Amino acid sequence: MLEINALTHSYGDHTVLSDMNLEVAEGELVSIVGPSGCGKSTLLRCIAGLIAPTGGKVVLNGTPVDGVPDDLAVVFQDYSRSLLPWLTVRDNVALPLKRRGGTRAERRASAEEALKSVGLADAGRKYPWQLSGGMQQRVSIARALAYRPSLLLMDEPFGSVDAQTREDLEDLVLQVHRDGGMTILLVTHDIDESVYLGDRVVVLGRNPGRIRAEIAVDLPAERDQIATRADADFVRLRAEVGKLVRGAVTSSPA
Amino acid sequence: MRTTRIALGAAGVAGAFAVAELVTRTGLVDREAVPAASTVLGRAAEMAGDGEFLTAVGDTLRAWLGGLLLATLFSVLLGLLLSATPWLNNAARLVVELLRPIPSLALIPLAIVTFSSITQGKMSLVFYASTWPILINTLYALRDVDPVAKETLRSFGFGKAAVLLRVSLPSAAPFVLTGVRIAASVGLVVVVSTELVAGAGEGVGGWLMQSQSGGGHPDLMLAGAVWAGLLGIAANSLLVTVERRAFRWHTVRTEGLS
Repeated sequence: MLEINALTHSYGDHTVLSDMNLEVAEGELVSIVGPSGCGKSTLLRCIAGLIAPTGGKVVLNGTPVDGVPDDLAVVFQDYSRSLLPWLTVRDNVALPLKRRGGTRAERRASAEEALKSVGLADAGRKYPWQLSGGMQQRVSIARALAYRPSLLLMDEPFGSVDAQTREDLEDLVLQVHRDGGMTILLVTHDIDESVYLGDRVVVLGRNPGRIRAEIAVDLPAERDQIATRADADFVRLRAEVGKLVRGAVTSSPA
Repeated sequence: MRTTRIALGAAGVAGAFAVAELVTRTGLVDREAVPAASTVLGRAAEMAGDGEFLTAVGDTLRAWLGGLLLATLFSVLLGLLLSATPWLNNAARLVVELLRPIPSLALIPLAIVTFSSITQGKMSLVFYASTWPILINTLYALRDVDPVAKETLRSFGFGKAAVLLRVSLPSAAPFVLTGVRIAASVGLVVVVSTELVAGAGEGVGGWLMQSQSGGGHPDLMLAGAVWAGLLGIAANSLLVTVERRAFRWHTVRTEGLS
């Protein structure tokens, strides 16, 4: 459903992404992991149509991406800045649905439903700043879900929450993926997280950013924070990805 | 905590009043020149029932609020236009910096010559004086709109106009209102000054001048000044209330959760 062909992006004469090729199948959850400065966020912004790449192309559901595609949603790391503080939680979730049409009541109902699915059934009338960080990120996930995109992009979504909340949110993503069969592309710098969540892990290297390796995660679909992380296969995969990421750092010092 | 603060504030006002009263009652200053505080307040209260004075207040309010409203509309629209067009913004910057320091009061003679009606002249001066604080606040606020919020809406397919309307304007609104609050106090000074200089009996300023024409009524003059002050306080508290109510999200952000 997503094809990235020879994608290149430069800022001036600084090449951030070089000749990237990647295919993502319908319903797949792909983790993109790499050291800082490997162009992860630039890649995600190219896919989201927020910036136009200087070379190559992105094709979503058979249509080349030119501007922001209609059936795509992004969850940003910075939940507190991504949610609008003057709108209630429910109105934040309902806002993107204006692009889909429908009545106000319908939009609100969809928003309430999405909030329920992320475990925030009672938070709709509150304001984002009245919620904890983890809850705010749940709200932005609910906002993306309510929009029913065919592709969900997540840009280091759990980078600024505490460890316990992070695990809860990881399991929420797995549940969303399982229940809705949504295609998800998740950018992270956390090696464990990339393996724990992904059906496949794409490792990026830097200077310039490019794909170093793709590793299929052959773990059972059902994952558990304690058991999966203790699983011998998980440990092996994590080490493999870790080596690649570290290699990506040392082979091309900044 | 809050009660203590209110009590202390009330005590301060009462204290200042008592000092002013004492200064005149003990003959420290000439009672003919500066009447006692209680006399002034008594006069001010009487004036609330004086039709002629109320008409004057109405004149002042009309010019003041009219000019302020026009300046708000104009500055916000201009601010939006300038921040959306960088080249225009750069071209306008120097013009703004050159015009802004001109004291509005220095333009009173120009306003008298230019406008046949005093009200028009007053309103134009208030408009001129109010434009700067509102425009500058709007420009800074629009420049500082969170890029993440804008990008979020863009990622949901909202276009430029929708992002402006749904993100930039609401997030700039509290700063615009602060600009309006500053402009309101500047505007009151401008309107009363213009009336004093050119009023021809119009407005609170004109009324003050006329009350002196029969020779020496300092109590009336001071009572008029009290009224002008009350107008300022009323406008400011109204705007502060709006700020608190409508922009609670902003207050919470800047002052931290309490």
